[in-house]
Amino acid sequence: MCGIAGIIYRNGDEPHPIGRDMTLMLQSMKHRGPDSTGYALYGPPGDSVIMRCTFADANDPRDFDFHDRLGRHQREVQSRLRALGATISNVEEETDYACRITLEYDGDLKDLTDRVEDVAGCEVLSLGHSLEIIKDLGDAEEVSAQYDLGGFTGTHAIGHVRMATESDVDISGAHPYWAYPFADVAVVHNGQLTNYFQWKRRLERSVHRFQSECDSEIIAVYLAEKMSEGASLEDSMRASLEELDGVFTYIAVTGDALGVAKDEMAAKPLVLYEGEDLVALASEEIAIRAVVDREIETWDPYEGQVLVWQR
Amino acid sequence: MAAVGESRITYDARGLAEPDEVVPGISEIDGERAVFDAADLTTRGINLELRSLLYEQGVTDVTVRNPKARHSLGVGILTRCRITFEGSLGYFGCGLIDGPEIHIKGRVGWSACENMMSGVVVIESNAGSLTGAALRGGDLVVKGQVGARSGIDQKGGTIIVLGSAGSMTGFMMQRGRQILCGDVGHGLGDSMYDGTIYVGGKVRSLGIDCVPGEWTEADTEFVERKFRIYGLGDPPELQKFVCGKKLYNYDKLEPAERKLVL
Repeated sequence: MCGIAGIIYRNGDEPHPIGRDMTLMLQSMKHRGPDSTGYALYGPPGDSVIMRCTFADANDPRDFDFHDRLGRHQREVQSRLRALGATISNVEEETDYACRITLEYDGDLKDLTDRVEDVAGCEVLSLGHSLEIIKDLGDAEEVSAQYDLGGFTGTHAIGHVRMATESDVDISGAHPYWAYPFADVAVVHNGQLTNYFQWKRRLERSVHRFQSECDSEIIAVYLAEKMSEGASLEDSMRASLEELDGVFTYIAVTGDALGVAKDEMAAKPLVLYEGEDLVALASEEIAIRAVVDREIETWDPYEGQVLVWQR
Repeated sequence: MAAVGESRITYDARGLAEPDEVVPGISEIDGERAVFDAADLTTRGINLELRSLLYEQGVTDVTVRNPKARHSLGVGILTRCRITFEGSLGYFGCGLIDGPEIHIKGRVGWSACENMMSGVVVIESNAGSLTGAALRGGDLVVKGQVGARSGIDQKGGTIIVLGSAGSMTGFMMQRGRQILCGDVGHGLGDSMYDGTIYVGGKVRSLGIDCVPGEWTEADTEFVERKFRIYGLGDPPELQKFVCGKKLYNYDKLEPAERKLVL
């Protein structure tokens, strides 16, 4: 089933409590997907690059040298980053298997990701100047507490609660997906894609890599491919309605915009609230009411619609 | 605003939500009228309170404040009464009802009034997809727009929509009427068996076996009467669509059987 949510504040760079907002929205939709929860949060944009990566899964067996091994892998990642000319200014270890690295780097992000992901067990969840993807098993409150998201402030965010149908319950199968190798682009999706393998083969031939077996990852990489050819977010999303097959409602975000697309069948729900100060959208109105606590005018976008908002 | 983790839903071993809920008993009752604030109640608490008022305490007019877009409110009410929701409902609102007159002063989510048998539901704002699915009787009035597949499998009753409607409206409709004042999406009345759909705006495309019908005096009388009852003003210029009856092939043989006979 899965539940998706998005929120974007409409007044520039001013910070808002998006970590708390998204937790409230996702927790109220826990019944749509109790397996895992994910966030893509946009903090204040800066010059540094923020990398979120994991070295193991929450439910991986803890063998006797688990922590030593993860420590070794993390040091290896840091040494590879330095070898590529990046300056590491901060490393935060939020769990024993996930970390957030802040670095100064102006080279090619694809090189950086490929080099880092070559380390055993390492997966780059997100890379960008403001984007941070946090995903783990459990409901929104558990993930929020584990990664201390309650105080996260920023401009816009998307989130996902997952009921796994097409692939495993693990961190790489959880949403949101980062659009490797493009900074600050992420996607959450509710639905199934039926031409997944065609697109996967096609995109792999143009040297994109896939982290997971999850069909939703196609959307992120597809949009990245389109945008790398110079298309705007909105045009890429419109093209996806023709080229991706299946049932889907997905939300895509960039550093300054948030967009939603709904397939030709309108088979997956989405409720939309456009206020003066913010736009909130979710699979169920109950999630929007978790952050806008008053009677509001909401509506369902129609089939084949693409809507994009700038912050 | 509720803090994170404040109201947790409990489940029993069978997965039944809120198994130990009791009738909250918080209504202000004045003769046959009652009012209660649902802000701090669970979904099950709200429905238990409604049932207790209507079935046990002789109340016939209930106002529910702050429904806060929760799912499955006001379902399975099988008595003549009047219910007002002062706010929006979530999914499956007012499903399986038989008899009530319900006024929703907000929006409803997917599958509102599913399988309604009789009564009246008036929704002041928009409605989601699958509105009035398998409707069997009664009147459903939506003053805003509706999503896709409204009146899917409709078996009776009337659906009136003042705004636009999405794709596959009236899909597999079997009886009853729909008055859609705005534009309509793709596949209107796809595979309908019977019934009538009136459309005021543009139709993006007709579904399989849905054809324009001939307008009669009875149609004018019907539409004007419904608009008068609900105070909707003058009806717009409407087109009529009915079933072409080309898919009526129940008496035909399967291809393999035909070979045997011929």
